[in-house]
Amino acid sequence: MSEPAAQVQVETHTPKELVRQPLVLNNRPLGWITDQVAGIVEGNMPGWWNVAFAISFLVMMMCFSYIGYLISTGVGVWGLNHPVAWGWAIVNFVFWIGIGHAGTLISAILFLLRQKWRTSINRTAEAMTIFAVICAGIFPGIHVGRVWLAWWLLPIPNANSIWPQFRSPLLWDVFAVSTYFTVSLLFWYMGLIPDLATIRDRLRKNADKCTTGCEKLINKVKQYLYGIFSMGWIGSNRHWRNYEKAYLLLAGLSTPLVLSVHSIVSFDFAVSQVPGWHTTIFPPYFVAGAIFSGFGMVLTLMIPMRTLFKLEEIITVRHLELMCKVIMATGSIVGYAYGMEFFIAWYGGNPYELYAFKNRAFGPYWWAYWTMISCNVISPQLFWFRWCRTSPWFIFVVSIFVNIGMWFERFVIVVTSLHRDYLPSSWGYYSPTEVDILTFVGTFGLFMTLFLLFVRYLPAICIFEVKGVTPQADPHAKEGGADKVEGGSH
Amino acid sequence: MSKPFAIMAEYETPAEIMAAAKKVHAEGYQKWDVHSPFPIHGMDDVMGLDNAKVGWFTFVGGLTGLTLGMVMIYFMNKFDYDIVVGGKPLFSGFSAFPVAYELTILLGAFGSLGGMFILNRLPRHHHPLLANARFADVTDDKFYVVIECEDGHYDEQATRSLLENTGAQHIEMVEDAQ
Repeated sequence: MSEPAAQVQVETHTPKELVRQPLVLNNRPLGWITDQVAGIVEGNMPGWWNVAFAISFLVMMMCFSYIGYLISTGVGVWGLNHPVAWGWAIVNFVFWIGIGHAGTLISAILFLLRQKWRTSINRTAEAMTIFAVICAGIFPGIHVGRVWLAWWLLPIPNANSIWPQFRSPLLWDVFAVSTYFTVSLLFWYMGLIPDLATIRDRLRKNADKCTTGCEKLINKVKQYLYGIFSMGWIGSNRHWRNYEKAYLLLAGLSTPLVLSVHSIVSFDFAVSQVPGWHTTIFPPYFVAGAIFSGFGMVLTLMIPMRTLFKLEEIITVRHLELMCKVIMATGSIVGYAYGMEFFIAWYGGNPYELYAFKNRAFGPYWWAYWTMISCNVISPQLFWFRWCRTSPWFIFVVSIFVNIGMWFERFVIVVTSLHRDYLPSSWGYYSPTEVDILTFVGTFGLFMTLFLLFVRYLPAICIFEVKGVTPQADPHAKEGGADKVEGGSH
Repeated sequence: MSKPFAIMAEYETPAEIMAAAKKVHAEGYQKWDVHSPFPIHGMDDVMGLDNAKVGWFTFVGGLTGLTLGMVMIYFMNKFDYDIVVGGKPLFSGFSAFPVAYELTILLGAFGSLGGMFILNRLPRHHHPLLANARFADVTDDKFYVVIECEDGHYDEQATRSLLENTGAQHIEMVEDAQ
């Protein structure tokens, strides 16, 4: 018998437990979260809100006036002509649709991935999605030329008994975008129900504080409206059980939806034969670009919002930092796609394809191409540095660059691929007119008007979900009262 | 005429209501519920609830959408008014797929939300709890156990003392003002 092996030295010390950074700072109680978020809706809006709303409203009206001018005069008021028959309208459509994608990514994909930090930002991001899709929807509608016949896109019997042609990606787009809008709205509304009930109940509690008859009437009307839309929610656990399941299913449906929507938008280009458009990389490249641009817009909106409404403890710097990381990741994918497009244009051996790409970077639209590259490829790489990811004003500046860059990406794709046809006799240089430019600027007015109304009348942060991720909501945590009951703590 | 609807006990923390729910479930009550400002993790097991059935509504909605999309496109482009475009087949599952896919998701989403409402019997704006002043905190930071008087095990004295033993801060009867 040999000697027993020397006792293996077992390390007994346990590594220090890593403490997760809290999602709501300063260990706030549950009621504080309600007061903070619902307080925005209940109080009077600060002065800046009125100014911002007035400006946004005027800009929106400008948009509608130009649309009226377009419809009454004809598409000749735009800069479109042969060979560039798809100009700013399509660029703006793809831009706005892309913006929306971040909202669905945050609300659905991050939910499936159990990313708890999404709870502070999902409501605003989903609202942004809906408003961006509204802005997007305007453009295909008005660019069909004869706007009064836009309903021919829908499968409704018309006087000629002709049905829509379902082999066209443009028709797939109609279904993709309208489904996207509807499902986003359902998802958003469903998340709002418990929070609308919170506001309803607070209005009821505050009813006694109303002194004048006018205040009482306003309180009554608000109670009625918030009450109707909260569907009689009573926070029942039997209801929560179905609610959570339905929420999970909607997240599961929205995930393939959001990926399909921008894939189908990219089919508008990729299914055609035009050099520069006819590439298989388009669907994933468009989806990554959409998420990239959407996060840019989320940050553009959220950084001022958290400061102006004093929500820094709920939308923390850590939330901003995580969003910056998403921007960096998707920005890198977009940069890779730009490189891969060039590689395939060379490797594919098609002279027209190669020409289209050389022309993009060094042709007459070189300025658009290099604006796109600087904004989309270079600027997100700054987020490798921690300081850049944690300084809100700096993130805000970069997010503006991302927005600009992504608009230029769509401009580059649409215009540079069209402006030089196969024969030099069909070459041209496209420039927008004042109507093109101001209609697009006007959609920002529409977007901001809707957004400002949203923060005025609806809780901008998902109150019940934020409560759910605090330690106060965990029945097994000390903060959740586990030390007061037997066998509660673990 | 108002008649008693239920007995309601109020708690401060999720741990307390979890412990209380365990006791109420152990007593065999059926018509009772826990009300909270957010879903409490693990409460379904404590209350003995099985898996939610919303998925069936989603499934039926999605299947309807897929079938509707395919049949619609077949009918419109192949059966009712066929036009050859680009020499391509009049109907192909591939070109019909994107639209049918979107309709699958669309009706699936309506199924999920509608299923949630149907299973929860919502909207219901006349629930007796909505008229109770104290219960308004349920959407803020309080937690409630509500046992309905119609429950087979309900007994005014026994149920009240059961809830008292769970450490409730406040117990009151909820009236149904019919």
